[in-house]
Amino acid sequence: MSILVVAEHRDGDLRDVSFELLTAGVELASTLGDELHVAIINGDVDRFAAELNSEGVSAIHTIDHGDEFNHDVYCQIVSALCDRIDPSYVITPNSVNGLDYVPAVAQGLDLPLITNVVDVEHDGRLRATREMYGGKVETSVGTEAETALLMLRPGEWPTTHEPGDATVVSHEIEVDRDAVRSTVTGFDAVAADGIDISEAEFIVSIGRGIEDEDNLKLIEHLVDMTGGTLAASRPIVDNDWLPAHRQVGQSGKTVTPTVYLAIGISGAVQHVAGMKDSDIIVAINNDSNAPILDIADYAIVDDLFDVVPELIRECGGEPPGV
Amino acid sequence: MKILVAVKEVAELAEQFDISGITIGEEYFQYDLNEWDSYAIEEAVQLNEAGLADEVVIATIGPERSEETIRTALAKGADRAVRVWDEALDDIEVLDLHGKVELLAAVVEHEEPDIVLTGVQAGDDQFGATGVALAERLEFGWAAVVNDLEVDSSGETISVRRELEGGIEELANVDVPAVLTIQTGINDPRYASLRSIRQAQRKEITTLSLEELGMNSSVVESPLELLGMAEPETEGTATYFEGEPEESASALASLLEGAGVVEI
Repeated sequence: MSILVVAEHRDGDLRDVSFELLTAGVELASTLGDELHVAIINGDVDRFAAELNSEGVSAIHTIDHGDEFNHDVYCQIVSALCDRIDPSYVITPNSVNGLDYVPAVAQGLDLPLITNVVDVEHDGRLRATREMYGGKVETSVGTEAETALLMLRPGEWPTTHEPGDATVVSHEIEVDRDAVRSTVTGFDAVAADGIDISEAEFIVSIGRGIEDEDNLKLIEHLVDMTGGTLAASRPIVDNDWLPAHRQVGQSGKTVTPTVYLAIGISGAVQHVAGMKDSDIIVAINNDSNAPILDIADYAIVDDLFDVVPELIRECGGEPPGV
Repeated sequence: MKILVAVKEVAELAEQFDISGITIGEEYFQYDLNEWDSYAIEEAVQLNEAGLADEVVIATIGPERSEETIRTALAKGADRAVRVWDEALDDIEVLDLHGKVELLAAVVEHEEPDIVLTGVQAGDDQFGATGVALAERLEFGWAAVVNDLEVDSSGETISVRRELEGGIEELANVDVPAVLTIQTGINDPRYASLRSIRQAQRKEITTLSLEELGMNSSVVESPLELLGMAEPETEGTATYFEGEPEESASALASLLEGAGVVEI
């Protein structure tokens, strides 16, 4: 049997998650004594094959049906490839595009699917670790099935870049155009109004804890006093309290400032993905169990509406009446 | 045009709770409409109000308890609801994707909607697969993680924006009938008014068992098994600034000054 990893790329580059899947694939293949295969669909397949040709990979399958991702094409090709090479486990990214095709492959092939996986073990049966209830609980989900699809959460495995000597096989796979029910027509970047939070040295970032749009002026005052750059977690942008280019996290910007001051941000994994590499992380949160405290370097567990006015005074200002 | 919105009542876990084996006591849970689904409902209701849809039907798989959540969805403007439940579902630890899809597919085949909307994922199990698998099962078009949509005048295609990572959006056209999974932020979900909550009491909720859907309990047999449950280990190494707000704020100000990002 073999393990099959399906790589992901966008706009001419392999995404980091592809190299993380390789690491997970090498680990699982060596536990099981299986071969590791990698599939690359669309784009500059030969260059991608060379980049993914890593130690521990036996074969790389390339299928060229266009430049970018289309879920109908991916679904058909991955399904056909599974028929051809008969893998035991198929390892895919729990990315936005992964969510757009992998469940359809599982449905079409009638295979078990485990999504949002953060760890994988095999002790006679597959055991996948995944989170529930906003990360408050970790569950271990097992399956006796000999074939299953796994979607791995980005950022959980290190990347692999050790050169290897895999065989590269180019496949011709017919795509049934009648079953292609979608067309990708273009891409758009979120408008930025000349502000790029990823360039900032000091970020003051707010989350759900701010409670009300009117309370933003307290934080804006702190930003004015300190010369920081205002950013936010997803709920603030979803509420239209701040524009999308201020959003830090998986679907927003990735930032690496000298200081990231997280105010009233619980620290959901999607947010942490966008700021964990900041030099110094400071959290102000009234919940002593907030996940942000696990990655913070400094923390104040207290009410932000008590601490932020004091911080403004410390910086020589007078807090607005909130 | 008819829209079906597949929703889930999700379990929200208290901040402090105890795990016993692979279960958590019922006393630690509260139940609510899944956050992502509330955006899907709002999107459907707005299409209805714009005259693009004539009926909005809610579909859910859930026990009797979930009727309260369904009433909330009805109060936000949906016309009626279908609830699937069966004793056979009571003891299932992990309701597998394929079982869920078969149940919802049976409802869709009966209702024959043009568009099915559902949330990107459920907030409790964070699985994120139902919508796309359902579309494949029905041979519908689909798009996952949609943050904008427009039904074209012919009603034959929907133009969508899909929210990719890193502030990039994909623009795509999807054939109708279609299943779209809706991302938070696509709209501003309304609160139900008292009047609409009262009106929702009179809206119809049809309950269907497996037998009534022409199925037996084998459809929900799961290849997945829950083997363990634990609180994640925390690896926190934070230095805590303690004391009264003025003390902690003072320590923080010194830190910011020391890091060279603030001049005091």
